[in-house]
Amino acid sequence: MASKRAFGLLEPLAARRTSRSELRRTTQCQRRWSSVSQRPGSDRVHFPGAVNSKFTTALAFTRPAELEAMPTYRILDQEGVIVDKSRQPSDISSEEMVGLYKHMVSVSIMDLIMFDAQRQGKVSFYMVSAGEEGIAVGSASSLSPNDPIFAQYRETGIFQYRGFTPHDFMAQLFATTDDPGRGRNMPVHYGSTKYHIHTISSPLATQIPQASGAAYAVKMQNMHNPTDEQRVVACYFGEGAASEGDFHAALNIAATRACPVLFICRNNGYAISTPTLEQYRGDGIASRGVGYGIDTIRVDGNDILAVREVTRQARQLALEQGGRPVLIEAMSYRVSHHSTSDDSFAYRAKVEVEDWKRRDNPITRLRKYMESNSLWDESQEKELRSEARKSVLDAYRKAEKEKHPPLRSMMTDVYEELTEEQIEQMQKMKKMVERYPNEYDVTGYEGGLDGMNVDRR
Amino acid sequence: MLPRALTTTRRAYASHPPKARLNISTDYSSTPLLHHSAKSALANKELSAEARNGTTQRINLFQAINSALAHALRSDQRVLLFGEDVAFGGVFRCSMNLANEFGDDRVFNTPLSEQGIVGFAIGAAMEGMRPVAEIQFADYVYPAFDQIVNEAAKCRYRAGSNGDAQSSGGLVIRMPSGGVGHGALYHSQSPESLFTHIPGMRVVIPRSPTQAKGLLLAAIASNDPVIFMEPKILYRAAVEHVPAEAYTLPLSTAEILKEGKDVTIISYGTPLYTCQSALEAAERDLKCSVELIDLRTVYPWDRQTVMSSVRKTGRCIVVHESMVNAGVGAEVAATIQEGCFLRLEAPVQRVAGWSTHPGLAYEKFNIPDVARVYDAVKTVLEY
Repeated sequence: MASKRAFGLLEPLAARRTSRSELRRTTQCQRRWSSVSQRPGSDRVHFPGAVNSKFTTALAFTRPAELEAMPTYRILDQEGVIVDKSRQPSDISSEEMVGLYKHMVSVSIMDLIMFDAQRQGKVSFYMVSAGEEGIAVGSASSLSPNDPIFAQYRETGIFQYRGFTPHDFMAQLFATTDDPGRGRNMPVHYGSTKYHIHTISSPLATQIPQASGAAYAVKMQNMHNPTDEQRVVACYFGEGAASEGDFHAALNIAATRACPVLFICRNNGYAISTPTLEQYRGDGIASRGVGYGIDTIRVDGNDILAVREVTRQARQLALEQGGRPVLIEAMSYRVSHHSTSDDSFAYRAKVEVEDWKRRDNPITRLRKYMESNSLWDESQEKELRSEARKSVLDAYRKAEKEKHPPLRSMMTDVYEELTEEQIEQMQKMKKMVERYPNEYDVTGYEGGLDGMNVDRR
Repeated sequence: MLPRALTTTRRAYASHPPKARLNISTDYSSTPLLHHSAKSALANKELSAEARNGTTQRINLFQAINSALAHALRSDQRVLLFGEDVAFGGVFRCSMNLANEFGDDRVFNTPLSEQGIVGFAIGAAMEGMRPVAEIQFADYVYPAFDQIVNEAAKCRYRAGSNGDAQSSGGLVIRMPSGGVGHGALYHSQSPESLFTHIPGMRVVIPRSPTQAKGLLLAAIASNDPVIFMEPKILYRAAVEHVPAEAYTLPLSTAEILKEGKDVTIISYGTPLYTCQSALEAAERDLKCSVELIDLRTVYPWDRQTVMSSVRKTGRCIVVHESMVNAGVGAEVAATIQEGCFLRLEAPVQRVAGWSTHPGLAYEKFNIPDVARVYDAVKTVLEY
């Protein structure tokens, strides 16, 4: 992030899309591109917009419905068995594999506890990532810890993998004084400078063009510091978000500027209630990457080993020739409700969800593989689950008792420094509370009424 | 040979009514708002000592922007410049020669997507760069509105204690704005008030080449994201002596351009020239003394300078090009009635664009002119 990798200091109207008059008038127009010209007798078109297209006399529309869908890469089948025995997962030690498993289970246990906590009114909101733990944990395991990440809100596994403790999660979820977001964001909007993960923002897809720009910054920094670790940016989003204009703008600009960014789409089948059939036509999100000239792969998101391998190779690809974007479409099924504010049985059958839960999910698939390879057993499973539960609950109970940050946090950080107007407003609000003490409860905030005192920062 | 009717047709937008006394075109070669000598340019007390002791160049506003961009690119490796058609120099020539001097990696064209340009710029800023993103016309900024309102403005706030590493500070979004006589609906707009409703952004509008250079360099150096709106009619029209050295001018600080005792006129950007002509006529005709203030930054704005002036004069007029409804004038007027109520001798007047769209043939009746400002001075004096 900025603090780590910032450079040292070195030292008449033209209608935009129509009028050319201004352009013609300019005398110092600099010619910077070589022209594309048509050779006589060529069998190919040399239009500037399609430089290698063959002429044809056969009038035929390209019909996407008739094309084969892009294949889905996997290593393990649904029973946790390696599909191609000649291709064993090579780059992963047993300890690492068990570590990935533990991260997935920890996230799923915290999800269960916090979903219930929301139902009991302890936190205002929560979002689980059930069924998608493998995408977050598996991809994060193939990134460098220094690669900046832009996430959506269903990637708790990347925070878990990079080092978030139950205390870190709970501080944000309960908006305590230890919440870096200073009690401003809804639950699950985590962020961390230490772990190079930008703070989650609720609007969908806004993070995608930002990831392209961040990757361009990283590309420049890679270029200027060739002996440092060469980094990429990873960007996560759902298939619903890929309908937003920002997605298209992001892929196009990343392609044209050759930005080292991994676009990782979690295609979980639903955008709240809207199934993919009502979200898009065409071959998923992957086909769009091809349209933008971006190297693309589809992977089975329930197979954490496949996600890990695909991300590893995508990262290498993204650093080739100075940088380029790569799109990964990870297929999964959102076995949970969209959020605690959603009851998905209003729009899909419980039996469908149960079927997916039972038949296939990333946690059981890896567990089956580990058990059949004698890396894991029932007693280890029990111990892991009870320890994970205990550590989450301990942090939960502590966080529940914590205060919110001081009330001045309502106003600070809008600008680098408080404005004169904000200082006046904060003083007004404090006087208001003093005049009507029974109308406000300031006891839940660090410092109570004094927390409203402000200076220039 | 052209038909006679065609050869004699005058360009209506370059003329004024034959008997007009007030509504005549601004004479940029003599207006006191521009520095017509090096001495005057270097006397500016806001300049750094280096700039004051240096030389000047006589340049117009797009050249001043170009000079600021060149300095920023030269002095700080983190500065990037991009947008639609930026590489060849930009449709208004603001980025002339910069791609050649600083290379395609730092000065480049983007695809035609405003939300993409601004989103890309925010991400680059969040990873430590100081991107200057160009929106080709302010009229086309709206696809980027979500990125500006929900992202650029809120990055630092939502990141909290992570804010220094995750803010969009260093981001400047430049855009040409305002009427030029024939820009019609989609090449005339001044959408600054939309951005003044969004805490987190600084919104800056320079009035002259000198101001443009110093304010743009301050915007690029600022750790808050800045919307920088360039009055495009001034790109070529406003020519003055500008200090050759790099210098910054303070953000969120208004400037008193002319002191006066009886009426305060508050404006920014192009209408300041209209206000200057109007106050000259009013002072002559009505024997009054008018104070003229340039807000320069319209949000967060310099409330104290404005209020202390109105406390002195007791009369106040706010002038801007864009629509009067929920415009910058509404905020200024409300603040003045809250802060200076007992000192007011007359209701605050707003002289602004009407509540309509900038139709091609009607600009002279829509954008505030000298007569309307003159009449407002008369109104507050006679109230």
